[in-house]
Order: sequence, then structure tokens, then C-alpha cells
Amino acid sequence: MSELVKRYGLGITTAMVLVTAFWLIVMVVLPALVMVEYSFHTNVPVTKRGGPEDYYTLDNYLSLVRGTDWSTWTFPNDFRVFLRTIWGAALVTLLSLVVCYPVAWYVAKLAKPQRAAMLLLLLVIPFWVNEILRTFAWYIILAYQGPLNAALLGIGILEKPVRWLSGSGGVLIGMVYAFLLFMMFPLINAIETLDMNQVEAAEDLGAPWWQIHRRIVIPHAKPGIAVGCIMVFVLAASSYIVPSLLGSPGTRWFTETIYVWFFEGQNWPRGSAYAFILLGLCVGFIMLMMRIFRVGLADIAK
Amino acid sequence: MSRDVELDHVTMRFGDFTAVNDVSLHIKAGEFFSFLGPSGCGKTTILRMISGFMDPTGGAIRIGGQDMRGIGPNKRPTALIFQNLALFPMMSVADNIAFGLEMRGVDKAARRKRAEELLDLIALPGSGDKRIDELSGGQKQRVAIARALAVEPQVMLLDEPLSALDLKLRQHMRAELRAIQRRTGLTFIYITHDQGEALTMSDRVAVMSRGRIEQVGPSASIYDAPETPFVATFVGENNVFRGKVTAAADGLARVETPAGVLLGRNARGMSVGSDALIFVRPERMRLDPADAGDNRVTRPVAHLDFEGSFANLVLSAPEGSPRPILVQLANDGRLGSLQPGAERTVGFAPADGLVLPAGELAKD
Ligand SMILES: Nc1ncnc2c1ncn2[C@@H]1O[C@H](COP(=O)(O)OP(=O)(O)O)[C@@H](O)[C@H]1O
Ligand SMILES: [Mg+2]
Repeated sequence: MSELVKRYGLGITTAMVLVTAFWLIVMVVLPALVMVEYSFHTNVPVTKRGGPEDYYTLDNYLSLVRGTDWSTWTFPNDFRVFLRTIWGAALVTLLSLVVCYPVAWYVAKLAKPQRAAMLLLLLVIPFWVNEILRTFAWYIILAYQGPLNAALLGIGILEKPVRWLSGSGGVLIGMVYAFLLFMMFPLINAIETLDMNQVEAAEDLGAPWWQIHRRIVIPHAKPGIAVGCIMVFVLAASSYIVPSLLGSPGTRWFTETIYVWFFEGQNWPRGSAYAFILLGLCVGFIMLMMRIFRVGLADIAK
Repeated sequence: MSRDVELDHVTMRFGDFTAVNDVSLHIKAGEFFSFLGPSGCGKTTILRMISGFMDPTGGAIRIGGQDMRGIGPNKRPTALIFQNLALFPMMSVADNIAFGLEMRGVDKAARRKRAEELLDLIALPGSGDKRIDELSGGQKQRVAIARALAVEPQVMLLDEPLSALDLKLRQHMRAELRAIQRRTGLTFIYITHDQGEALTMSDRVAVMSRGRIEQVGPSASIYDAPETPFVATFVGENNVFRGKVTAAADGLARVETPAGVLLGRNARGMSVGSDALIFVRPERMRLDPADAGDNRVTRPVAHLDFEGSFANLVLSAPEGSPRPILVQLANDGRLGSLQPGAERTVGFAPADGLVLPAGELAKD
């Protein structure tokens, strides 16, 4: 702070701090607080606001799990969607990691600098296209009469076309693709800093390639893996576009449930409460990752 | 058990560039052998070929008589100690040391036991659970040695392992490395650009320049009987006079130089008329010599570097030479008379001058 004052003078520093604070409070904190407030209200028509039927309650949060019977393993609809979203986002995260790790290893360590730069460019260029358009492209690729089925039939891998878009397959593929770079870049950054002498030392001491990855590269890349997983999971869990375009009625995402409560059910308190449950899920996942990978916030901020 | 290493016309090319050029050597089992040369002369490349990270583009490497071509680093009986040690920072000291055993499927208890033994050997008992970054430079050094010893290699390869340490520790570690080598009886192949390191530790030294071996021999012969101008000027200090051989007889050669006619040992049997260099060590130069015959040069004093028990007298460069004349003088209490600017005569006995064919000198 004092450094800023020294560099820009008191007037400009104060102005900068005030503008930033204003931005944070008005654009981020206040709306969130309004939503929090909302989520504890009963859902009453505008005319009854402030009346006896408008009181604070936990009902909006509890309603997610109300009706769950653990003994028979039956869940209410919204809760089932919630659990499937967790499972789906986790699967997307795992798939992204599996897809990105070898590529990141290649780009960061094996490829010559020029080729690595080329590959990075090829990875990034598609992301200059709008997310909706990219997702639509997958809608076309994965269509029943689409090019993917045609290709797989053509080379004889499939006997008959697959309905990619009627199960969860389309959503998973679409999300892995949509959030690819959020896994790729943290991984590349983390792997790049590994001293290749360590890899060679391990090899010299008798380690086969998979042990080198298990004992040397992955432990070194842990902060990158944690960041990538956090990013992809959070983006996947809160994604709306991909599930609504590539999903089917049977694969509804929790974001869609929230949308329905807000705009079709006209139940804003319930929608807000669900939104905060989703936020809580994401925060919980972040903390879990930090625990598993034993990385601190400082490592992640790097 | 240790094994011998044979380099048979080994050449390594990177594109058009030849990093190692037709090197042939036989390193005996149990020998402490050093490669000495300036940075970039191809030392690391040789070591990486012996350890298996690359195969030579020409020639063969044999360890214990077996051709190593195509055999990877994890299958060779060698262990390499890297220039920056390359310890694994995310593992404990004991896990570092036992890493090679872990890769060989040795069970946890046995690994732990072996790590403890090696920690005793390197005088770090009880440090197994420490993290690598809790160790000092010298301790890391020793852990790297223990990690390599754990896999019971027959040949240890060391790439300038002491270069990151400060002077005092470096000298201590020299003795320690030599002691470990004696105790284990392993073949040590050591790389360095530091001549002091090579000369004090090694049984034999190979001096390299530009990918070629200039000379191989015991430390004393490298210093006392250099075979090429490069070795003469790279290992220790040497005064150089350039000229032509005008007479050669009785193992001596007369060389006519711009500074005068000088007489020295004709170690390489040069004939009259050839271009020659004559080398004289600063400690063999005499001030106002009595036994030097015609081997005298008179030049003004440039400066005197007082070192305590001795002093280095620097006379300005003789005609036709860019290098000043160095004379090492014992401190006899009368050094004060050597004031800058005063003309002094120095010389050397013919037996202390070495005549070699003209060739490339080491950069100083
Ligand atoms: N993989 C490589 N590709 C191209 N040139 C290399 C490679 N490795 C080493 N060199 C070159 O070979 C020469 C010798 O390198 P090196 O063996 O590392 O020298 P030293 O260890 O004696 O300092 C250097 O000029 C270096 O640039
Ligand atoms: Mg080197």
C-alpha cells in the first residue's frame, strides 16, 4: 500500500482503492447478500411481502433433501439431479485430467520449443470462438446422423449409430472439451518447472517410465493438478450452456434446476437457496482438493 | 565389485557439431579417473554416453567388456551424480536414498535398513526423516552419493558434483569422495573443469579440449610433462615463448624467439626449422640466474603480487608475446627491492624449459 502511495501519490492511490472497493461492494458483495437474504424467506406473492406469512426459514435449503429415504435409496427429484451433478462434474474433472496430462507432459517437456508453441496455439485457437458456438459444433458432431457416427461406422468400429446425445455422453464430452484449457494450462505450468535432471536421475536409478510419473512428475505437478481439478469441477458443476445444449431430459444438471425454480417456478427464495447449495458444493470441493493434494492457497495462487 | 570402462573410438555429433571426437581410453576397474577440461569441451557428453542417456554416433562403449549400445540408463551398472545433484525434493532423505531399491522391488523394511546403513556411511545418522531442503549443501552432496551407492553400481559417474559448494567445503568433500572411493573400491569417473580437484583426487587424469583427449596420465605427469601446448597452459601456470628450432641435440632444442635464443628439453624430438613453443613454470624461473647460460630475459617489472610465503613477480610481456612473464619467488625478506619499472633479468635452467610443437594454447 505504502509502495502504491509512493509510486502514484496519495490522491490517485485513494481514488484507485475507492473505485476497487466500490466495484467489489456494489457489483459482487451486495448482490450476493441480497441473494442470501432472499434464500431464507418464504415464497410469498409481492402483495404479502412483510406480512405474517413472510418470515425467515431454513425451509428452502432443507427442501432439497426432504423426502430422502436412505433405507430404500430413494431421493426426491432435485436431490437426484444434485447428486448426479456432483458425479458428472467429478467424472468430467477426472476425464479432463486423464486427457490433458499426457498432452501437458509432451508440450512442457518432450516437444521442441517451436513445436510446443505451435501445439499451444492449436489448443488455444478454438477457444477464440464463442462457447455457445463451440458447444453447438459438438451438437452437430455428436448428432445421430452426424459425422462422428458416420466416421465410426465407416471405419467399422460401430455396427450401428449411437445416440450420443440421449445419455450423459454428450454432456461429458462437451464439458471436457469446453474446460480443456483450464486443466491444460495449470498442468503445463506445473510440469514445466520440473528439473529434468530429476527425471533422468530416477531413470538412472532404475525407474521405468510409469514409476517416473508416479514418483517424480505427478508429485511435482500436484499444485497444478489441484488447480486444474478445482477449475474444471467448479466450471462443470456450474455450467449451464453445455448441459442445456448437449443434454437430454434424463440428464438434467443442477444449474437447470436452479433456473427452473427461478424462472418457471417463480420461486426466487428456493432458487437462491439452491444456488448457494451449489456454491457450497464448489467451496467444499476446493477444500477437499487442497486437503488431498496437501497444497495451500499460496501454492494455488502461484 | 567394480568394472572397467572402455571407450573405443567414441564420437558424438549433434548435427554438424562434433562434441566428442574419436576418444579412445581404457579406465581400469577400481580406478579414480578424471576428465579435466574447460567448460563446453564435451565432458558431460562423455559421461552421458557412459551412463546411457545417449549412444555415441560412432565407436563403442564397453563396461566390464560388454558393449553397452542400446542399453538404457536404468539397465546399466552405472550410477550418475548430477551437477545439480537432482535430489527429489518431495521425498524424505531416506526415501531419496532408497529410491533405487524401491524401483527394484525391495520391501519397505529392508529399504529403511539399507538407508540407515548408508546414512551412517555418509556421517548423517538419524537424518532419514528430514526433508531435502533442511540439509546444508555438503549434506545434500553426501545424500546424492548415498543415493547412488544404494543401487550398488559398479561404476560411479560424477559430473562436477562439488562445483556448487564453497571453497572450504569443496576441499573437505574432495577428501571424503576419495575416501569413499577407496572404501568401496568402485570405479569412479569424475568430471571437472577444476584442475586442483582433478590433480588431487585422481589416479589418472584425461585432459580434454574441443571434444578431443589431449593427454592421459597420472596427475604428476600431466603437470610435469605436458605433451601439448594446451595441457601446458591449461594445467597450472606456464610462461610461453614462441619461436623456431635452430638446433637439436642431446635431448635439448635451441629455439630462436624474439626475446632471445632459449634452450629447453626437446621432449617431442622436434627437428630444426619447425615452429616451436617453449614453456617454463613460474616456480622454475630464477631471478638473476647463475646456471641459466643464455636462457635469460631482461624486462621491466610490471608488478609484484605478494602472497605471504611467496610472491608472484610479473614482468611486462617480452617482444613478440602477448603474455607477461610470471616468476614465483620464495619470500627471502628482500622482495621490497622489486619496484615497478626497474629492469630485471630472469632465466631458467635448460632442464626446466619444455619445447613443444606450436599449437593451440588454453585461454587464460
Ligand atoms: N543435446 C545437445 N545438442 C546439441 N549440442 C549439444 C548437446 N549437448 C551438448 N551439446 C554441445 O556439446 C558441447 C559439449 O557440451 P558438454 O559435454 O556439456 O560440455 P562440458 O560438460 O565439457 O561443459 C557444447 O558445445 C554443447 O553446446
Ligand atoms: Mg558439463
